[in-house]
Amino acid sequence: MTVIQHKPVNPIAHLSAEDIETLGKELDAIRDRVLAERGASDAAYIRKVIKTQRTLEMSSRAVLLFSLFPPAWVVGTAGLAVAKILENMEIGHNILHGQYDFMRDPKIHSTTWEWDHVSPADQWKHSHNQLHHTYTNVLGKDNDLGYGIMRVDEDQKWYPMHLGQPLWNFVNACFFEYGIAAYDLELGRNLRKGRHKAPEFRARLRAVGRKIRRQVLKDYVIHPLLSGPSFLTTLAATFTANLIRNLWSHSVIMCGHFPSGVETFSKTSIEGETRGEWYLRQMLGSANISGSRLLHIMTGNLSFQIEHHLFPDLPSKRYQEIAPQVRALFDRYGLTYTTGPLPKQVASAWWKVIRLSLPNRETARPAADEPPARVLATSGV
Amino acid sequence: MTTTVPHPAAKTTVRDRLLRLAETVTTPLLPEDYLDLVAPLRAGAALRGRIVAVEPETRDAATLTIRPGRDWRGHTPGQYVRLGVDVDGVRQWRAYSLTSAPDRPDRLISVTVKAIPDGRVSNHLVRRTRVGTVVQLDQALGDFVLPDPVPARVLFLTAGSGITPVMGMLRAGVHTRADVVVVHSAPTPDDVVFGAHLRALAAQGGIRLVERHTDRDGLLGVAELATLVPDHLDRQTWACGPVGLLDAAEQHWTAAGVADRLHTERFRPTVIAPGEGGSVTFTRTGLTLAADGGTPILDAGEAAGALMPSGCRMGICYGCVLPLRQGAVRDLRTGELTTAVPGDGVLIQTCVSAAAGTCDIDL
Ligand SMILES: Cc1cc2nc3c(=O)[nH]c(=O)nc-3n(C[C@H](O)[C@H](O)[C@H](O)COP(=O)(O)OP(=O)(O)OC[C@H]3O[C@@H](n4cnc5c(N)ncnc54)[C@H](O)[C@@H]3O)c2cc1C
Ligand code: FES
Repeated sequence: MTVIQHKPVNPIAHLSAEDIETLGKELDAIRDRVLAERGASDAAYIRKVIKTQRTLEMSSRAVLLFSLFPPAWVVGTAGLAVAKILENMEIGHNILHGQYDFMRDPKIHSTTWEWDHVSPADQWKHSHNQLHHTYTNVLGKDNDLGYGIMRVDEDQKWYPMHLGQPLWNFVNACFFEYGIAAYDLELGRNLRKGRHKAPEFRARLRAVGRKIRRQVLKDYVIHPLLSGPSFLTTLAATFTANLIRNLWSHSVIMCGHFPSGVETFSKTSIEGETRGEWYLRQMLGSANISGSRLLHIMTGNLSFQIEHHLFPDLPSKRYQEIAPQVRALFDRYGLTYTTGPLPKQVASAWWKVIRLSLPNRETARPAADEPPARVLATSGV
Repeated sequence: MTTTVPHPAAKTTVRDRLLRLAETVTTPLLPEDYLDLVAPLRAGAALRGRIVAVEPETRDAATLTIRPGRDWRGHTPGQYVRLGVDVDGVRQWRAYSLTSAPDRPDRLISVTVKAIPDGRVSNHLVRRTRVGTVVQLDQALGDFVLPDPVPARVLFLTAGSGITPVMGMLRAGVHTRADVVVVHSAPTPDDVVFGAHLRALAAQGGIRLVERHTDRDGLLGVAELATLVPDHLDRQTWACGPVGLLDAAEQHWTAAGVADRLHTERFRPTVIAPGEGGSVTFTRTGLTLAADGGTPILDAGEAAGALMPSGCRMGICYGCVLPLRQGAVRDLRTGELTTAVPGDGVLIQTCVSAAAGTCDIDL
């Protein structure tokens, strides 16, 4: 992709400013309809998922007490991996978005929830909810674009270190939760700018350290110890479960913004952005994954990334419900709804990481000296 | 770090150590998060109760019988309990007077709820609550209780659902220790909550019952008490009912110079002065909302999804108090303005305070 403003054929040039505002109103109406219905069924749903997840996690860990016995290892590891995925995706991510704050249950609230992840919930909420969701796919603002270590857009400058990015990406996938913790800390930038001594940064670093200590103690010391003679096999099982969870969430998240068809935006294009323009950016900056109900649950409904980006705080199971309405809007406004099955989207995202590890081929770029106009308010239809 | 100061005798018990160990097993969750799945009423859990029966009292009132969690400390007749109920998926807290006797051998408690028009929680409890539902509870609270020893002559002046705390006292047997008169108002004989029970008590001579059916005879004027209960000013009186009745009673007893013999329980605050409204920021949560001058900050915050502490929701228990860091709020009952400048932490009752300008609240 290329910043939308530099594309030879601008995919939104056919929309007038009024069109975009009407589109925004139609999306607001979808949101209002969900808000009017939101209630007991959403509360019952998240409670059920939480209960299932806790039961699965505890029983898998119980099975792993006997992990010396290979079938127990396999069953326990698989169960724990699924439990950890559910916990991070459908439960943690969504509760931390405030999707269930409406319930006013202090046990299920974005301000009190802590997740099974090395990045403390409050740091993740800041970098994810406030930065990524606000600046979605804006180059130079949304660090999710390549996490600050990769080049995922033609408009990002190429450096020789990008040659290694397929490898970085793979390592990041394996240890994704640590990658996210580093990213939430803005580790790279803070170190580069010599802010490693700033008290605020140090406090956050300590918080991450504490969280890592607790997580590691639980997964790699306490539970293995409880397994007695199965110490080593349980340790391997927990490591494997974490690895599976990391690879899975990394894949799902890559599918959200990297596959081909997803647009990026230049910094100047969002100055004075209206609500309609913000919506439009979310629509074009995200991609869905098609699949079964089980897939949607295991991705925390991030398979409805477009719907999630439009309405980050609506209960996740509602995304599936409103997807046809959202898609109808894409059709009516002549926009491309990017979606595809998981393997295809993952491959597409990986292909981009590999392709952009090399410098651009010159033909890919139109004349770059034209001013980056605010495309979102251009010609009429 | 080295320290020469000896540790205070803070004894870590075996139980504490086990708990800490259990926490390392369940982190980032707590052991209780798992235990709650199987034993929500166990000792040590947040206080909850399970509804074991719902029985209609009148066409719009019902009694809920609740098995409280193991840590329930009991109550004094006349006190109320706060109930946290999920209505349409949203946790709502309301206060209800306990109508059960305090020493039931089965340890059950009951509350009696009257559905008010458009009332969110009361209608849900009366019409849609199912047996088996778990509700959140708080320990019993309130000082609308009889002294010990019970005064020789007692008047209960009640209307509508205001009979509930009195029923708790009658079930505890006040009438066996005092001369009791009950003056109760309801629209029709059928609308009298606990009608059959009260009439039976009266028939046995346990109490003197004066029923007022307001659809036929109009609202009770306090002046009528002179004929209905000639010695009412000599009695210790407990009054509970709508705002109008209680205000009139307070004036009447004050005018007679015996205000100390009147004890009242209000189910809702008397609101007199809407403020100007303004934007309210919860500084720690980072939430900002526009609140109008008639809405308590408690309600406005809850509507915006904040986790607000609350209690009686009518200005008596101080369960909702939060520090106002700066700004101005108006007390909805008195119209009084409270202001805070940066650096302050003026404690305000959010349930009866509305924004009167931009406010920063420490939450
Ligand atoms: C100490 C205490 C003890 C109480 N004991 C009992 C009890 O034993 N039985 C019982 O039924 N209720 C009792 N209440 C009242 C109860 O707490 C709720 O206020 C009541 O059930 C209404 O709640 P709601 O959610 O149905 O109404 P809401 O949805 O909160 O209010 C709906 C409408 O009714 C008005 N309203 C609110 N409360 C009342 C009220 N009490 N009377 C008339 N209109 C009202 C509101 O202003 C609003 O316009 C008690 C209240 C207190 C403070
Ligand atoms: S909630 Fe009781 S005083 Fe406000």
